[in-house]
Amino acid sequence: MSALPPATRPRPGGRLTARVSRAGAGFVTPFLIAFALVFIAPLAYSLYLSLFRNQLVGGTQFVGLDNYAAVFVDPKFWDGALRVMLFLAVQVPIMLAIALVAALAIDSGRLHGRRLFRIGLFLPYAVPGVVAAMMWGFMYSDRIGLTGSLNDLAGFDLLAPYAKHWLLVSIGNIVTWEFVGYNMLILYSALKNVPTETYEAAAIDGADQFRIVRHIKLPAVRGALVIATVFSIIGSFQLFNEPQILKGLVPNLISTSYTPNIYAYTLSFQGNQVSYAATVAIVMGVITAGIAYLVQLRGMRRDS
Amino acid sequence: MALTLTRSSSRLRGSSAYSYSRPRRSITLTVLLGFLLIYSVLPLTWLLFGITKDQPDLISSFGLWFGEDFSLFDNLAEVFTYDGGIFTRWFLNTIVYVVVGAGGATLLATAGGYGLAKFRFRGRNAVFAVVLGAIAVPGTALAVPTFLLFSQLGLTNTMWAIILPSLVSPFGLYLMWVFAAEAVPTELLEAARVDGASELRTFFTISLRLLVPGIVTVALFAIVATWNNYFLPLIMLNDPNLFPLTLGLYRWLADASGVGAQPVFHLVITGAFLTIVPIVITFLVLQRYWQSGLSAGSVKQ
Amino acid sequence: MKNHTMRRALAAGAGLALAGTLAACGGGSEAGGGGGDGASADEIEAALQEGGELTYWTWTPQAEKQVAAFEAAYPNVDVNLVDTSGAADNNQALQNAIAAGDGVPDVVQIEYQSLLQFQLPGQLTDLTEFGFGDLEDLYTPSTWGAVSQNDGIWGLPQDSGPMAFFYNEALFAEHGVDVPTTWDEYIEAGKALKKADPDVCIGNDTGDAGLATSLIWQAGGQPFRAEGEQVTIDLADEGTTRWADMYQRVLDAGILCDIPGWTDEWFAALNDGTIASITFGAWGPGILEGSVPDGAGDWRIAPMLSYDGTPVNAENGGSSEAVPADAPNKLLGVGFLKWLNTSDESIDEFMATGGFPATVKQLESDEFLGYESEYFGGQAINEVLVAGADDVVEGWQYLPWQSYANGIFADTVGQAWLGETTLADGLAAWQAENVKYGTDQGFTVTE
Repeated sequence: MSALPPATRPRPGGRLTARVSRAGAGFVTPFLIAFALVFIAPLAYSLYLSLFRNQLVGGTQFVGLDNYAAVFVDPKFWDGALRVMLFLAVQVPIMLAIALVAALAIDSGRLHGRRLFRIGLFLPYAVPGVVAAMMWGFMYSDRIGLTGSLNDLAGFDLLAPYAKHWLLVSIGNIVTWEFVGYNMLILYSALKNVPTETYEAAAIDGADQFRIVRHIKLPAVRGALVIATVFSIIGSFQLFNEPQILKGLVPNLISTSYTPNIYAYTLSFQGNQVSYAATVAIVMGVITAGIAYLVQLRGMRRDS
Repeated sequence: MALTLTRSSSRLRGSSAYSYSRPRRSITLTVLLGFLLIYSVLPLTWLLFGITKDQPDLISSFGLWFGEDFSLFDNLAEVFTYDGGIFTRWFLNTIVYVVVGAGGATLLATAGGYGLAKFRFRGRNAVFAVVLGAIAVPGTALAVPTFLLFSQLGLTNTMWAIILPSLVSPFGLYLMWVFAAEAVPTELLEAARVDGASELRTFFTISLRLLVPGIVTVALFAIVATWNNYFLPLIMLNDPNLFPLTLGLYRWLADASGVGAQPVFHLVITGAFLTIVPIVITFLVLQRYWQSGLSAGSVKQ
Repeated sequence: MKNHTMRRALAAGAGLALAGTLAACGGGSEAGGGGGDGASADEIEAALQEGGELTYWTWTPQAEKQVAAFEAAYPNVDVNLVDTSGAADNNQALQNAIAAGDGVPDVVQIEYQSLLQFQLPGQLTDLTEFGFGDLEDLYTPSTWGAVSQNDGIWGLPQDSGPMAFFYNEALFAEHGVDVPTTWDEYIEAGKALKKADPDVCIGNDTGDAGLATSLIWQAGGQPFRAEGEQVTIDLADEGTTRWADMYQRVLDAGILCDIPGWTDEWFAALNDGTIASITFGAWGPGILEGSVPDGAGDWRIAPMLSYDGTPVNAENGGSSEAVPADAPNKLLGVGFLKWLNTSDESIDEFMATGGFPATVKQLESDEFLGYESEYFGGQAINEVLVAGADDVVEGWQYLPWQSYANGIFADTVGQAWLGETTLADGLAAWQAENVKYGTDQGFTVTE
């Protein structure tokens, strides 16, 4: 986290330095104003909110850190938090492994129709998450969807995407489908940055494909992989659209605390508990940022 | 995050295969990846067949083939006329959100990233830390407080409620920062300074041109994020006339329930298809730019 | 998108920083609902004549035509009709708008079961002050009772939903199964149908909270009592237990399809004859006619299944329209509301496409009762439905937080549909959660 991208070091000397410095701040200011309005302000506001309690009867009272104490022993919160942790522990590695294999394959130049693969695999990323969840929701249906057709073909219930124990897998499948291409592209871009000379040198040394992958390509994508992992972790913790859409189809299997995000949403918009919802969001944000930071730290340390 | 950049290498290499050897194409590998390709396009294929079906066919016919009637044109006509033609309205709203929101996000990120990469000023390190931290904050975790804050500002149920949050893309800023650091040679700026050009003038006449691939990349990420935005409109908007496509489609899906239910699943499917088309076209058209922009700006050891 | 919006936003932002209170989040005005701004019938009429703009939120399909008729009658009034899609979205949008103190509609559709939730924090206008007390005789006792609680009138009934038993007669006949009239017979008939064709289910249910509460009501349960801030919850009272015992047998018999209502799958199953019967409110005919075309001529309507042969019924669904306390054009809103749910012109429009009214006059008109539905094989369906309205058990109340309660229904009672628990245990869990929630919300909850 320490290295900053290089900046121009202005030559010593009063007026010009001051002017350049002002200009630099000027370029960044518009972003910072917007950032303050839509990031810092809500964040500060939710910190403020989390110190209160809302009641239908009796209005709003200051309760200090009571909400935080409550979140830590709230079984519903942990139910959702543990579920998304399980989800990310399984789904993220699978998704990234697929993305990595695809990126390596496309980068290897050994595919027929490389362009087709690159675009085809990337297409799902352009599909809005809601639309993706709706489509898969239809397809998962045992009665009218592809699942039904497949099961008819097999003659028995081969697939049961809506069964209790498969549901999280079904959701994971939707998320994987949506983001494999995106991650593939990030990794592929990193691979393309390996200077050609490196490969040439390796080829002269007589390294075979697997050695090149192991000793040149994998190290080359590590940074990108860490970034992709961090984004995927953040995404998993925010899981909302897919379970929320599927809830209409399997109402009893997706509870109001299925993910922390759904829980916070239910609390604030159905339960009139905005303060507690803000607390849940903050705690979840801290956990997310903490885990993301750890992954980043670990990923980078191994590297150096 | 120890990151450095090699902007030029990919561009010099173009998209051709390695020059050190032209690897033989492998059938096995192609077939293997073919399965992944099928997985990726299967739902889209299902959607393509789906838009040709009317409601009864949709629920009775096999998903990967045509139904009894070919209703594509009826569906298209109905999507655009149903409920007073509100789909067109949603479409236009989405365009507004994308142009103003994603466009603004790109502008802010470009200027900000450039400023951070090419200038030294007090507080620069703090900006770096805060923005990186912001990337890790779940966006939806902020949604509820944002809603409450906006509601106090009287911004809920206005287009601003969608546009303002879209204006900020920490990831875009970061991408642009990394990209600009390499893409714009410092010597060029210093030469311009010696010539007495103002920083703004230098930015528009010299730097902007060099930043194009990065800008396109940032823009595309912002466009996708805005086009696909669902959670924010869900909580911010209650007037259907302000809905973007995603929320509108969800509304149509929800219309199937309760007293006075009007199931229009065929319109949901056709609408979903129409929602995807523009964004896919955008990707294909801008492909050349963003691929070079992404590889140039992407993270690398 | 306008400049002044931005300015106002910034101004409000500055104010916010100073005030730093949550007042605006609490919503509403003084407790009990807006007072002191009443008007006489003449004054209301004069306001309508003078005209202006008003906003009306609803998900009633007939609203467009009703509004057109209203605008023809009062050409100076411009009604901004907003389709809120359904009760859940509607409630949430209303709650958001009230919290924001901006964009609050002048007239809004609210289900009977959600009225208290908005009334209690003072978010609805007491229509007593506008002389609406005189309108009582126009409506059926159960619908009037639903809108007039806690010493006020909080809305005007739009429709009513006395339940009835809708069944696919052709399907029963095909399998030689008698149509049930009691819940016991229902279970037997369900088994018989299953035996005749394993794919057929006598009904479908995945634990719909609205249906469950209606069925508890029908069984004579009165689990919820609300007197202002005093709330009593007893989900183990005699009636509720009666339902739970009976319905547990329904679930154990495995005769229901686990197809959630209102999904594409559900519509498909109704069309292809997988689902043989269904319990709807009186608004049901429109659903079948509109979305189950393949069932035309096959379906019939019978009085609600009873427990012991004595007719007994409850309401399912049904809405009122109300005027929010923060409505910007309250007088116009009140005038529109009065026209909407009392004028023949409006109610006729509502009934023309399957609406089931709450007004005695229309319910008892010969034309309505004598109507023979082609879809239902020429049956005089309204006779059955109207008769059902007379059997509705009186005295039912919903919780002041019913939509939240319904939201967590699936987490608790709903698990019984998965076989994870029993209805009795599920109800106990639901009870516990509601007691906790109510207490947290500042109510005095007794069990």
